[in-house]
Amino acid sequence: MNIPSNLKYTKEHDWLEPLGDGTYKLGITEYAQEALGDIVYVELPEVGDEISAGDTLATVESVKAVSEIAMPFDCEVLETNAELEDEPEKLNVSCYETWIAVLKIYELEEVISAEEYEELIK
Amino acid sequence: MYKKTSLYARHIAAGGKMVEFAGYEMPIQYSSIVKEHNMVRQHCGLFDVSHMGEIAVTGPESAKLVQYLVTVDISEMEPGEVKYTPMCYETGGCVDDVLVYKKKRDFLLVVNASNVEKDFEWIKKNNKFDAEVKNISSEVSQIAIQGPMAEEILLRAIDCDELPQKYYTFIETDIDGSKDCIISRTGYTGEDGFEIYLNNELAPEVWGKLIIAGGEDITPCGLGARDTLRLEAGMPLYGNELSADITPLEAGLDRFVTLDSQDDFLGKDSLIAQSKNGLNRRRCFIELTGKGIGREGNLVFMDDIRVGYLTSGSKSITLDKSIGLAMIKLPYNKIGGALQVNIRNKNVEGVIIRGPFYKRKK
Repeated sequence: MNIPSNLKYTKEHDWLEPLGDGTYKLGITEYAQEALGDIVYVELPEVGDEISAGDTLATVESVKAVSEIAMPFDCEVLETNAELEDEPEKLNVSCYETWIAVLKIYELEEVISAEEYEELIK
Repeated sequence: MYKKTSLYARHIAAGGKMVEFAGYEMPIQYSSIVKEHNMVRQHCGLFDVSHMGEIAVTGPESAKLVQYLVTVDISEMEPGEVKYTPMCYETGGCVDDVLVYKKKRDFLLVVNASNVEKDFEWIKKNNKFDAEVKNISSEVSQIAIQGPMAEEILLRAIDCDELPQKYYTFIETDIDGSKDCIISRTGYTGEDGFEIYLNNELAPEVWGKLIIAGGEDITPCGLGARDTLRLEAGMPLYGNELSADITPLEAGLDRFVTLDSQDDFLGKDSLIAQSKNGLNRRRCFIELTGKGIGREGNLVFMDDIRVGYLTSGSKSITLDKSIGLAMIKLPYNKIGGALQVNIRNKNVEGVIIRGPFYKRKK
């Protein structure tokens, strides 16, 4: 399974790409998209939303399943990927190129490396 | 430990993603629900539905027993015909929805997997006739081949003289020398297709032959696609659109309830009363115009009045729309009625439309 080494990961199967200044792109991992199956809808947050640790950032729906992406840290939504409104299936097709949101993360907690993530999903 | 169908090894070999359903380990999908769904609409799909139950009703008064159990009039059924029908409690609520196969002498009832034991007990309990009831579910496998290319592929794959030509008819035939197989022109997808009843030993071989004969034009399909296909076709699912608390009239199945027949059946008095007094609620077809996907259990509002709930909801893969079936209070059930479906505490706009969502071109 593809787990790019330049990314960070959450235990909830999200990837984070550091953009500098405490900002990160967030998406879902190959493991997550495969487990979900055909993704048909993504409910995005609003730009400016403040998400507390444990709260839902976005909801990803496949044909059969509804999956909430909960954040393990406090963060603010800087940007959302509006492309997903019309093409949610991009999360299946190219999960590491398709981001869901750009976040300002105040304190990066509960985040693991690519090696640790690989270990987690073994 | 969950039960396995005779095709379990085939599912594993084909990469089926297995889940528990009605006590069986069944494939929810192989590659992708979307791909499987589209294959059935455009070409052909193959389903293992061996978890479904089969109950044989035999004996001199088998017809009397079956008629006492089901809401549709079966008095005019000829051997080789199939009828879909609800089976009701005295209250008018549904025990199950079943297929009745009229054979030369006796009947076969095909029932939902999750209801086999309950139905069998119910039928035995109400057997005050000179008839015998036997649950043969564990001996029978069932394969559904569905889609516009189903007939062509089936003829290529198996050695049988003929196929049933009319929708909702069946033949009893040998398949590859194995006796007592049934092939009916029935299905749960809204497409043309067949359901094949055969013994457990033969099933894996026939499954394999169908896959080979279909080549690029066939794919094995899981329960996921089965559900999205039946929902587009507006077909009820027991436990969602039907239950002990929902009558077939409320579920919009009027044409499968013969209230003016000569014969008595369980639930008839209650259903006549309900028909006379008027319904309080009715199954509606809903399309969401706002963003989001409705799911089973979502509440439905009209101008802040709670008018009902979704019994099923999904993205329609064929129509690329968010659709659902809902139980809506009268008089709010009018076609064209604007409504809101409450999804995760947000109201999403929708409208009541005429069903079904999808109808194949004949």
